Amino acid sequence: MSLALDISWSRPDFRLTVDCEFPDSGITALFGRSGSGKTTLLRCIAGLERAPRATVRFNADVWQDDHHFLPPHQRPLGYVFQESSLFSHLDARANLEYGLQRVPAARRRIGFDQAVQFMGLESLLAHRAGELSAGQRQRVAIARALLTSPQLLLMDEPLSNLDLASRAEILPHLERLHDALSIPIVYVSHEIGEVTRIADHIALLEGGTLRAFGPIHDLLTRPDLPLAHLEEAGSVFEGVIAQHDAQYHLSYVGIAAGRLAISLRDAPLGQRVRVRIDARDVSLALRPPEQTSITNILPGRVMDISDDRDPAQRLVRIDVGGRPLLARITLRAVTQLSIAPGIALYAQVKSVALMN
Amino acid sequence: MSASFYSPDDLVALWISLKLAAITVVLLLLLCTPMAWWLAMTRSRLRVVGEAMAALPLVLPPTVLGFYLLLFLGPHGWGGRLMHGLGMQPLAFSFGGLVLGSMLYSMPFVIQPLQGAFQSVGVRALEVAATLRASPLDRFFTVAVPLARRGFITGSVLAFAHTLGEFGVVLMLGGNIPGRTQTASIVIFNHAEAFDYAAAQRLSLTLLIACFALLLIVYAANRRVPEIAASA
Repeated sequence: MSLALDISWSRPDFRLTVDCEFPDSGITALFGRSGSGKTTLLRCIAGLERAPRATVRFNADVWQDDHHFLPPHQRPLGYVFQESSLFSHLDARANLEYGLQRVPAARRRIGFDQAVQFMGLESLLAHRAGELSAGQRQRVAIARALLTSPQLLLMDEPLSNLDLASRAEILPHLERLHDALSIPIVYVSHEIGEVTRIADHIALLEGGTLRAFGPIHDLLTRPDLPLAHLEEAGSVFEGVIAQHDAQYHLSYVGIAAGRLAISLRDAPLGQRVRVRIDARDVSLALRPPEQTSITNILPGRVMDISDDRDPAQRLVRIDVGGRPLLARITLRAVTQLSIAPGIALYAQVKSVALMN
Repeated sequence: MSASFYSPDDLVALWISLKLAAITVVLLLLLCTPMAWWLAMTRSRLRVVGEAMAALPLVLPPTVLGFYLLLFLGPHGWGGRLMHGLGMQPLAFSFGGLVLGSMLYSMPFVIQPLQGAFQSVGVRALEVAATLRASPLDRFFTVAVPLARRGFITGSVLAFAHTLGEFGVVLMLGGNIPGRTQTASIVIFNHAEAFDYAAAQRLSLTLLIACFALLLIVYAANRRVPEIAASA
């Protein structure tokens, strides 16, 4: 058990109802539209908001119940705010040291130099917040939160106020954070692209209610949830770099269902990677396709078929090696090929995107 | 400046004015900081009452303020009887009474800039500090006060200058006792009344230059700081 929440908070203008337990490692994305209660939920976890009659427990500690309320400064968490939150009266170094100095030396697990190097801040330390770009400020803010050696990291849309270039500059840092830290991260976002890149779990919020919660590969492809019906709907697979083919400029990623070819990557063999396959890039064949230009073909079995936003299209969920793969094909094809739950077929994948 | 430029009485009065202004400012900062913090942070409906009371000395004629203080502190007032009961000297017609009067008179000049400065610090910076393990008191001194420093500078200087120039309250409350409660602004009035315009001119010019210099400090400080805080 890690972070356990039981919140049922009604106010005239909004309500928040969440009862769930977050995993004790990896990144959990709080996903939903603006106004769905993501930030409020994050603030309840941090103790910045005090929902009446709520329970918040972290590991063996009670942070909030009917009798206790641990104020935010006594909770071992880090919080990265949506907008730049650097103290304007301090330079970057003093901002970083602000949290570090308030953590007893015995409980520090991340050193100053380590955090600076991790977020690439070496050249920024003497600058004040006003002299840094938005992306640089957010990197300092993330390092500052890390320097409190948190046992739980909360991030409230840390990239949403940044331009594309700054996002691209920070995302790799976040991905490395995921690999380097063993602590759980709760990450608020309304950007599905961001979520598919970094999240391991998704908590889907709708109108203040937790609609669904589970592993990302599951929630992205569940036909009863809106994520599978997005224009950019797709599936994600974890795999390892298995082989490089210099002649054809290809790298092979091994996943449970087989091997996927991607453009040659300068990555060591055995490196763990995540790939994404868009539903619209998957076509289906009943027999092993021959004489086709498609390289990536995965055998699988149909799990279910559901309506999509466009009445001409159907969403087919296929079990490939124990993981769901989403295919968006025409109703005509479903009928002509007699595709039905339980039948075996071959998924032809036209395009595979490496996420990191 | 030589002693011959000012008369000994002038110098004593200037010293009393400076001492009064300095003590008033220090006491006001101690008293008004928590009050301004409360006014800036509270969501209570009592806030408007507090704001109106804090602004009252701005619009009240100084003689009215001085008159009520005189009644309050005099031998038959609550304050006077309380002091007497505690075996203390009455405050009316004493330097202590002047300090009390000046504090009331100059209070808005400290509270209002401080309240505005605390409000502009905002809740977010304090929340950030909380998530960085700072306790409420820690947050106040390491985040709120440094970010509100413009308010402290403005409030201190305005209250200092305003106390230097105070006349009505002093006259009502302190009388005009040389060496004890006679301030520079009262001496100027005495000089002018005695048609000693040269003497009045010397002191007036001194106060004029002092006040202008102080205001210059305020505006210089307010101009410099926002450049750093702008992108906060």
